[in-house]
Amino acid sequence: MQQKVEINGQSRRQMQKAINEKKKKSRDVTGQEDDADDDDDVSERNCPGIKSKDAGKASACSGCPSQQICASGPKGPDPGIELVQNRLEQVKNKILILSGKGGVGKSTVTALLSRALAADDSERNVAVLDIDICGPSQPRVLGVLGEQVHHSGSGWSPVYVDDNLSVMSIGFLLSTPDDAVIWRGPKKNGMIRQFLSEVDWGKLDYLLIDTPPGTSDEHLSATTYLSEADLTGAIIVTTPQEVALLDVRKEIDYCRKVGIKVLGVIENMYLFVCPCCQKLSEIFPATTGGARRMCEDLDVTYLGGLPLDPKIARYCDEGKNFITEMPNSSITDSCKNIIKELAKYRKETH
Amino acid sequence: MLDDVKHIILILSGKGGVGKSTVSTQLALTLKERGFKVGLLDIDLCGPSIPYLLQLEGKDVHQADGGWVPVYTDDKQNFAVMSIGFLLNSRNSAVVWRGPKKTAMVKQFLTDVCWGDLDYLIIDTPPGTSDEHITVMENLKTVKCDGAILVTTPQQVSIEDVRKEITFCKKTGIHILGLIENMSGFVCPHCTECTNIFSKGGGESLAELAKIPFLGTLPIDPRVGQLLGKTCVKELPDSPSAKTFNGIVDRLVVT
Ligand SMILES: Nc1ncnc2c1ncn2[C@@H]1O[C@H](COP(=O)(O)OP(=O)(O)OP(=O)(O)O)[C@@H](O)[C@H]1O
Ligand SMILES: [Mg+2]
Ligand SMILES: [Zn+2]
Repeated sequence: MQQKVEINGQSRRQMQKAINEKKKKSRDVTGQEDDADDDDDVSERNCPGIKSKDAGKASACSGCPSQQICASGPKGPDPGIELVQNRLEQVKNKILILSGKGGVGKSTVTALLSRALAADDSERNVAVLDIDICGPSQPRVLGVLGEQVHHSGSGWSPVYVDDNLSVMSIGFLLSTPDDAVIWRGPKKNGMIRQFLSEVDWGKLDYLLIDTPPGTSDEHLSATTYLSEADLTGAIIVTTPQEVALLDVRKEIDYCRKVGIKVLGVIENMYLFVCPCCQKLSEIFPATTGGARRMCEDLDVTYLGGLPLDPKIARYCDEGKNFITEMPNSSITDSCKNIIKELAKYRKETH
Repeated sequence: MLDDVKHIILILSGKGGVGKSTVSTQLALTLKERGFKVGLLDIDLCGPSIPYLLQLEGKDVHQADGGWVPVYTDDKQNFAVMSIGFLLNSRNSAVVWRGPKKTAMVKQFLTDVCWGDLDYLIIDTPPGTSDEHITVMENLKTVKCDGAILVTTPQQVSIEDVRKEITFCKKTGIHILGLIENMSGFVCPHCTECTNIFSKGGGESLAELAKIPFLGTLPIDPRVGQLLGKTCVKELPDSPSAKTFNGIVDRLVVT
């Protein structure tokens, strides 16, 4: 008889066992820090997690192939959590920009919103942290490509795009644009901890955190380190087509699992305005009702839509400030509306 | 498990959302159309889109004596598909795994799936240069892999990431079969004027610079996005996309 292979259902435990067996045998080649410590899986239902004092001792642990490792591992929370909490105490609103799908415009939206927030009030201090380790985009879209970050006694000083807008990205630490960061999870984890705990932002009203696509190490690391830092919540970016929504639903599921508040969803590139005839067309057709429908289904806020405008892509590539140079465009309007929506969650600086 | 697979081709891109899965699917379907036995392996664990793109959502993978039996799209078993999407029981649940677990899963996909004898195995990857990629490279060292096809869109933000991917291939010794520029230009259905939404030609000049073959451009064509398992070269034979896919396959088949 053939047996159905499944991850969430009955045979999951079995498969996990098989995977863990295999893992033991294969401590492989590149940069091997594959220790069980990095294997805490928030989707595993009853696992207390390796950081817990019950690690290896809870009822769910019996029979788990990692039981011994867990039981003997160091206990207590990662010291990084407290470092991050202290460092970000002066940051009022901390917002993650997420999307399960790649290329939907997370980085673009992050840049547009940060610029809109900064332009709206010159007294407001805004910063962007780019935790996309393999494909950092913020240096380019914020127009500070090739800048250097400096290390001082109080930590790394970020790069200033404007008087009240600063940014930190791994892009500033690479020597050439061809440099590839070929890292496995644990190393990325270390980098993100440093970014969250060692950048000297000063007093900030907003910190927007741009993330890579997916739900993986970077997200887990950021979520863990921010767990005590009073994260405001997450903005989810999507495009209207089902392939994107498919991943975005997973992202919302992820937020709920780890307890991140979903501030709302932004639907990017939802209509195309032809520069010749000004007529609208759908490039990525919303065959399943688009983001609006998904928001209704999952009971999350629809923050607004941004049309696909070739000028945006050009401005981002050139690192120009779309918000101030195109004050009358509908995209600028939409961004302003979105930051008004966000103000509902805002905490004021003292 | 990969011993009887004649050709293995990786589809890579540094940037997310540039169309890797669409390219992977259509290349696989074009190869099948030419009479080859083809396998398609989706190692994007967090965002598997192959099951949706081929309208195979809800299909199951079974465990047989020899290993996992992939999902076949046809009775003749000329097109085999494997994706984590088949192993999840809800399409909305997130796979939130750190590296080591992803590594184990990818390894299992490479070692435990009974592909049988295949002419081509196309491997669709997630964006970036991380655990999944490192694992694939390590595991393909022992079997012969033809190389990688890189996908980019024309904008600088994407080109920048592909440059990193090229470095990755060089460092890990993966041969680069060539570069495809996707989403170059959109033809307005109202005035049929072609707009270069994301500029144009970035891919071609990068290929020249990096001395890698340029495999062609694919315009933004909403019809291609809606093929859902149908073969572009068959359904839209006169489209520019079909010409590009045919061209790429012509090249692959010769080498
Ligand atoms: N509203 C828009 N109109 C036109 N172009 C856009 C729009 N939004 C994003 N783009 C373009 O789409 C491309 C992808 O956007 P972006 O890099 O922000 O996506 P991302 O989600 O951060 O991608 P990744 O997953 O790779 O990090 C960029 O070239 C950007 O300029
Ligand atoms: Mg990005
Ligand atoms: Zn037009």
